[in-house]
Amino acid sequence: MFITSQNSPPVFKDLTLVMPAVAVGNVGQLAVDLLISTLSLPRVGYLHTDCVIPMAGNNPYATGQDDAGELHTASEVYAAPELKLAVLQIRSPVVKSKSRRFRQLLLSWIKASGFSRTLVLSSSHAYQRDDQQLRGTPFRYLVTPSLLRSSGDAFKELGWRELERLPLCLGRLDAGADETKLAIPGGGITKGLYTDSCREDVPLAVLLLFCSEGDNVPDALSLVSHLDDWLHLLDDASREVKWKIPTSWNLLFGSGIPPAIF
Amino acid sequence: MATFFGEVVTVYSRAVDEDDDDEETLDEDEEDAQIRKELEEKREVCLHWSPEVCDALKSGDKLTCSHFILAVGHNASRFLSVYVLTSEKWDTVGHASVWNERSRAGSDEQSECIFYRHRDEPSVVICQLTCYVAEDQQFQWAEKVLDCLQHKDLHVTVLSDSPMADYKSADYLCGSSAPFLRSLHTTTFNGPPVCRALEQPNILSGLPAAVLNHCQVHRISAVVYRCFSDVNGADSVTMEAFKPALAKLRHSIKLDACPSSDALRKIVRTRDPQSNLYI
Repeated sequence: MFITSQNSPPVFKDLTLVMPAVAVGNVGQLAVDLLISTLSLPRVGYLHTDCVIPMAGNNPYATGQDDAGELHTASEVYAAPELKLAVLQIRSPVVKSKSRRFRQLLLSWIKASGFSRTLVLSSSHAYQRDDQQLRGTPFRYLVTPSLLRSSGDAFKELGWRELERLPLCLGRLDAGADETKLAIPGGGITKGLYTDSCREDVPLAVLLLFCSEGDNVPDALSLVSHLDDWLHLLDDASREVKWKIPTSWNLLFGSGIPPAIF
Repeated sequence: MATFFGEVVTVYSRAVDEDDDDEETLDEDEEDAQIRKELEEKREVCLHWSPEVCDALKSGDKLTCSHFILAVGHNASRFLSVYVLTSEKWDTVGHASVWNERSRAGSDEQSECIFYRHRDEPSVVICQLTCYVAEDQQFQWAEKVLDCLQHKDLHVTVLSDSPMADYKSADYLCGSSAPFLRSLHTTTFNGPPVCRALEQPNILSGLPAAVLNHCQVHRISAVVYRCFSDVNGADSVTMEAFKPALAKLRHSIKLDACPSSDALRKIVRTRDPQSNLYI
C-alpha cells in the first residue's frame, strides 16, 4: 500500500496520475522514466505491495556522484503539485497470480487519493493487429465514460484514434456478427484496469502503442510525446531540448566488449 | 523456442496475456478453486521459533535485536559458517520453511533457513539461507521475519552473491578483478558502506531486494552487500571477499581470522559434474 517517504503525507487531490502498465517492450515504464527524468520529479512515496516482484537499485535518475547512492524500489510515486501531476512508476512485473488483486489495490488507491484523472501508458503486440488497426499510426487511446464527459473534446482536437474493438467471432454472418470485444494482447493489466474503471466510474484513459519487443526507446519517446501533446508538461523552450534519457538506460545492450577481440 | 540444434529454450517475455486471469476464474470449478487454495496455503512462509522465542512473541514482545545479519546464497551463508559460526557460541533459535516449485522431496527443510542468536550478546541474530525463495514468497518472507524483530535501533546487513556475468559495466572486466563487493543501503543507514555503491544500471532482485524494500519503507537502517564472483559454486576466495562487510560489527562478532583448512574443505565440496557438457 502507499507509504509516504516524506515527513508529511502528500496531497494528491485533483492531480493527474500518470502510470505505466507492465506490457510488451516495457514502453509505458520507459515513457514514465522519461517523464520523471525530464521534469526532475521528486519521489513522495512507495506503493509497497506483495503483488509486484521485489527489486531495488540505486538512483536511476542520478545526475552526479552526490545523488547516485539513493535507494529506489520496485514501485514508487513521484509528484509535482505545481504541474498538477503525480506519476507512479512500476519497475518490475506483477506476480502472475496476484494481478487481479493488484488492479483492485490500484483502483482503491486511485479513488482514495482523489486524482482528477488517471492516464495509463501501455503497449500491445504489434503482430496481433487486425486489418483496421494496421492502418495509420500505431498509437491508440481508450477512455472511460467518466473521463469522456469531462474531456471528450480534447481527443477530437488532438486527432487521436480510439482503439478499435475486434469482432467477437471472425467469419460469422448471422445476427452475432456485429458483436465486438476489447482486446489488448500483451498489455498486462491494461484491459482489466480499463474495464474495472468503466464499471466503477473512475476517470481513466489508456494511451497505447502497438509495438514489438526489442529496442523500445523510440516507442517510449513517441508515447511520451503523445502524452505531452495532451498535457503540455514541457514548455515550448524545453520541447526543443526534448526528453532527458535517464542514466539507468546505459548499457541497454550489455557490458563493454573485451578489447582483446580486436 | 527451438534453437538450431533442436533443444527447447524458454524465452522470457515481459508481455503478459491479459486474458489468462479472466479465463482462469471463468473455467474454474470448485475442485480447481480448492486445489488453488491448498497450493497457496502450502506456499505460505512458515517460521518455527524455539519455545522460548515463541513464548516471547506470543506475549507481544518482539525479538530484541540490534544487528540482524542475513546471508543469502551459498557463498554468503558458507562464509558465515566458516568465519563466524565456528568461532563463536551461537544458539539455533528457529528456522523458516519455504515450499515452492523448486523444493525437492526429501530435502531437509530445517537446514535451509536457520536463525542463530549469539549466546553472550543475544541482540545479534544471524540467518543463513540456502533455499530458493520464489518471487511471490520474497515479500512475505521479509515481512514475516522482520516483523518478529524489534525495529528500534535495528541494523540489518544482508550478504548475497551473484555471478559476475550479471554485472553490467561499460569497461570490460577481466577475471582478475573478481570477486568484488558492491553495496546498496536504505536512506536511514548511517555511515559509509565498506565498498562502492552498486552502479546503475545494475539492480538487485530476489530476497535481498525484498528485505531492502521492507527496510526502506519502514525506515530501518539496512545495507546489502553483493559479491560478484566468477567462480561457479562456493569457493574460499569469494567467501573471504565478504570479510570487510562485517568489519563494522567487530565489537559484537569476532571473525575467525584464519579458519582451519578442515573447516574450509568441509564447506567447499568438490563439485559433482552436474552436467555432461565438459567431461
